[in-house]
Amino acid sequence: MSFKDTLGGRALIGNLWRDNPVFRQVLGICSALAVTNLLKNTLLMCGGLVFTAALSNFTVSLLRKTIPKQVRMMVQVLIIAAYVIIVDIFIRAQFPEIHKTIGPYVGLIITNCIIMGRAEAFASKNPAWPSLLDGIGAGLGYSMVLIVIAVFREALGFGTLMGIPLPARDIWWYQWTIMVMPPGAFFMLALVAWFGNSYVLKKEGGAK
Amino acid sequence: MTQLLVIFLAAAFTENILLARFLGMCSFLAISRQMKTSVGLGAAVVFVTTFTAAINWLLHTYVMVPLGIEFLELIVFIVVIAAFVQLVEMIIERFSPSLYFSLGIFLPLITVNCAILGVSLFMLNKEGFRFWESLVFGFGSGVGWLLAIVLMAGIREQIKEDKIPAGLRGSGITLIITGIIALAFVAFSGMIK
Repeated sequence: MSFKDTLGGRALIGNLWRDNPVFRQVLGICSALAVTNLLKNTLLMCGGLVFTAALSNFTVSLLRKTIPKQVRMMVQVLIIAAYVIIVDIFIRAQFPEIHKTIGPYVGLIITNCIIMGRAEAFASKNPAWPSLLDGIGAGLGYSMVLIVIAVFREALGFGTLMGIPLPARDIWWYQWTIMVMPPGAFFMLALVAWFGNSYVLKKEGGAK
Repeated sequence: MTQLLVIFLAAAFTENILLARFLGMCSFLAISRQMKTSVGLGAAVVFVTTFTAAINWLLHTYVMVPLGIEFLELIVFIVVIAAFVQLVEMIIERFSPSLYFSLGIFLPLITVNCAILGVSLFMLNKEGFRFWESLVFGFGSGVGWLLAIVLMAGIREQIKEDKIPAGLRGSGITLIITGIIALAFVAFSGMIK
């Protein structure tokens, strides 16, 4: 049995593409869309997301037999919150400048539907190791979409990538300011949802 | 007084919690299909943001800062929000069953609405906010969210029958319209210095 066919492997890979929550349902964008106007901030945010998703899944899974059913939501939120605090403290210490702009959004990882969703749907029923991979997959699948959006928004809006000016900047490409303002994020995400949905529809249409 | 008015206008228009900060998107996309439910959820959000912002400000200023445990603010805030929503639900159920039935299903949804936690976190980001400023900020943010979802619901009811490319139906077209509304709201930015 290859890695792809194990429970953990399926969870990791499925989340990247086939079941990618952003494509299918546009879930969990709240806390992260706002930071997509600079690639650097996005990468930092995505790192925090993958870390939280993976370790909270792992912890929820380890405790799944200990947590009473009635209070499991509350316990899951507290587990997630604990990891988010670690991420928050880390960013505050290592990147104080960036923390000033994205600080509140880091805290909002707690209410990200995807992390809570994976903890409830996968980790509370499966062993720890596949849960860890499932969390990494969910985090990465989500990061992928955000990074694509961030690359376009920063390149079109500021003419830079990771803060480094692109060759065309101010020669034949001038800053398209709307891309770095909030409406740009909505339009970009709409395009992503359009491509994602069309792909799914086409595939389902072809299968019939 | 002017100060409070400026905070209200900024929170509701120029720094709209949904259109400028992308918070509360999940429930916005899911619920904005119908006008009636949108108004219900919006009203519940206004109510909850106003009071949780005030409660969280009090806890932060008088408990967490003196004890030096600000790093716990995330956990404290989320617990306060969950407890407050639960409390409101019980009170409404006890005193106004009719309101409970029209609003009841939205209240649990609110606990996971990131706009609520977001308001409390952004409130701390603003320096020099005192009690009344925080209360007005929470209220203004809630009103901004209500405004956005009601606008959206009105438009979505109008385009329900229209021909939209299959891949854009649902979230795609909603996001494009949200973008256009956000573009319109950018025009408010000159209103407040």
